[in-house]
Amino acid sequence: MISPAIKSEVPQHWTQTYTRWQRILAPYVFISPFFILFLIFGLFPMIFSIYVSMTSWDAISGLGGMKFVGLSNYKFLLDGLFDPSKGDTDFWKAIRQTAYIAVISGLPQHLIAIPLAFMIHTGMKRMQGFVTAVYFAPFVTSVAAIAAVFGVLYSERNGFLNWFILEVLNKIPLLNSIITDEPIKWLGNKDMIPISISILVIWRYTGWNTVLYLAGLQAIPQDLYEAAEVDGASKFERFRYITLPLLRPTMFTAVTFSILGGMQLFLEAFLLVDRGGGNQNAGRTSVMYLLDNAFNNLLVGDAAAQTWVLFVIIFSLSAVNNWIFNKIRND
Amino acid sequence: MKLRTIIAFGLATAAVAGLVSAQTGMKKITIAAFPSLDEAVKIALPGLKKKYPNYDIELTALQYGDHHQALTTALATGQGLHDIEAVEIGFVGKFAEGGGLEDLNKAPYNGKSFQRLFVDYTVAQATSSDGRFIGMPADIGPGTTFYRKDILDKAGISSTELTTWEGYIAAGKKIQAKDKKVFLINSAASAAGLIWRSNIPSGEGIFFSKDNKVIVGPDSARWVKAFTIAKQIRDAKLDAKIGEWSNEWYEGFKGGTVATQFSGAWLQGHFQNWMAPDTKGLWRVQDLPDGAYAPWGGSFYTIPNASKNKPEAWNVIKYLTTDRAQQIASFRGNGAFPALKSAWADSSFNEPVEFLGGQKARLLWKAAANRIKPLDVNKYDSVAETIVTTQLTAVLDEGKDIKAALTEARAEIEKRARR
Repeated sequence: MISPAIKSEVPQHWTQTYTRWQRILAPYVFISPFFILFLIFGLFPMIFSIYVSMTSWDAISGLGGMKFVGLSNYKFLLDGLFDPSKGDTDFWKAIRQTAYIAVISGLPQHLIAIPLAFMIHTGMKRMQGFVTAVYFAPFVTSVAAIAAVFGVLYSERNGFLNWFILEVLNKIPLLNSIITDEPIKWLGNKDMIPISISILVIWRYTGWNTVLYLAGLQAIPQDLYEAAEVDGASKFERFRYITLPLLRPTMFTAVTFSILGGMQLFLEAFLLVDRGGGNQNAGRTSVMYLLDNAFNNLLVGDAAAQTWVLFVIIFSLSAVNNWIFNKIRND
Repeated sequence: MKLRTIIAFGLATAAVAGLVSAQTGMKKITIAAFPSLDEAVKIALPGLKKKYPNYDIELTALQYGDHHQALTTALATGQGLHDIEAVEIGFVGKFAEGGGLEDLNKAPYNGKSFQRLFVDYTVAQATSSDGRFIGMPADIGPGTTFYRKDILDKAGISSTELTTWEGYIAAGKKIQAKDKKVFLINSAASAAGLIWRSNIPSGEGIFFSKDNKVIVGPDSARWVKAFTIAKQIRDAKLDAKIGEWSNEWYEGFKGGTVATQFSGAWLQGHFQNWMAPDTKGLWRVQDLPDGAYAPWGGSFYTIPNASKNKPEAWNVIKYLTTDRAQQIASFRGNGAFPALKSAWADSSFNEPVEFLGGQKARLLWKAAANRIKPLDVNKYDSVAETIVTTQLTAVLDEGKDIKAALTEARAEIEKRARR
């Protein structure tokens, strides 16, 4: 049996230390799962890929097959920009095509989504949930299934779109004088490929943006509109002077998403035009290009360097976007 | 209390399992393959079980692209590799140049003594530039022309007209004249692809010579011919502009809107099993135009350095590739054309192929297989192929000058291969 004096003395001291340490450590223990996973699946791959980008590596020789080449992979990429005879021009072509597709698919998404969200928000009461769900459906549909359907729509000789244009629209008097009677090469012509890909992307992501904007609209206090209405503002004026300015933070988020998604476009384009990107590589996005380099050409070092250059480009674009939105807010 | 029970139970189970495996001496051998090679392995399983009763063979199959991508990443880290990894001909050259797969010429495999059993070109394909032999050939794909006899008959064309490119294109025009909806070929690019990889002098590559010089260019008769013939087909509007392995491709076969297809002999199995089973009796085969002989697919079994059961893996591979009865069974059951020459003496090779209207097609393929020459593989082949394909589409779709396109292709390939 322990004497009461000792019994009260020792545990008290221990308890105090224990409590103190628990107070200090507990938060870290609780947040540790994220950091442990981040270290393994986030930070380590990033640092590793920086190292890989400075090697010549075919992957299949194993880790021992890496040859350190310094910055020469980056030099080959940058040469492509400044000295086409020596560097990788295909990478920059892929970046250009990706940016082009991002713009022609990104802008319409927002130009459609904002008015659409406004109409759903103001004009609909009971059907709101249902209509939103319908617009959101393409976003949650499997890309592979979508691409299969669009492949059928776009097919040059047997496709639905060409059938509709040539056999239906062209049979209508007057209309037939302005409509082509040659089948459109949706996925065959280098100028059409980015447009065809963009149509799919717009169709797929407009619903997602609509939902974002709808959430933004619902956060705008109703009394602002009521006050404006009392002051005699028309529906358009209310949209222009209340909705648009107050929607700016949502727009910033949505545009940022579009830049990130657009510059990393992969599956939609890959499934429509395959890894080469079709005629003149018109539909080969930067991510398609670097994946092809890594897994088909086994130039893993080059591919890693490309990911980092792509990262810098996307980061800069996001920064510019941020700067523009800040500028608008301050003006 | 409960937890303790669970732990105790788990430990007991593990102990029992360990005892059982120690007693029976079962060895787990893992094989990774892709369709339809996995079918060939499945056909071989009963025979393997009999020959090696203590092997517990576990087969995993992924789609063609996924399998090779998974294998690439597994080789990169040396993790997650199977004891036996199947590799398709399109990848075997690249994988041979890397160092992650066992050299089967070395002891204890001594694969050299088996090489004479196989078709020459397939062994060369699996041999690296420094002489390492990394994959035992399982099956091959002799290139052949498939044609629709009914369509040719209707247009009054005899099949011998298809044996030259001139006659082939003329036949396409006759077919179009008869029925605007029927095309000669899926894509003009397929004809170009056939020409640029056939009749290559032994040891030379498609894009690079033995000493790594780029041989694509306006001064190469083979390349000029490939681009010219494709352009003629496209200009005469004879191709349906359909990519291979697409729904439209299958529809073309089902609906009879494509009259010919260059492919490996194995395509007959695909026709018969799923692509166009209703066209039974309408197809025939014959040699490729202008006496071309070209390899069209084929598979190999390899052993990764990281395999823990190399002797057993080698036994299984030997059974799969050098056992004559097994190769014949795989041919009969799966349509995989054997790489093992002795299997060709089987009576099934003389049998008429019902799907091909009773034609004795296998004799033709056998003769073709013997005349295919080995290709030298270069590490930059796939880079070069993308570049050349880009230039070809520019010629076909934008009317780019052939010589200019080939000159540009050469410069581009040289730029990348120099690194």
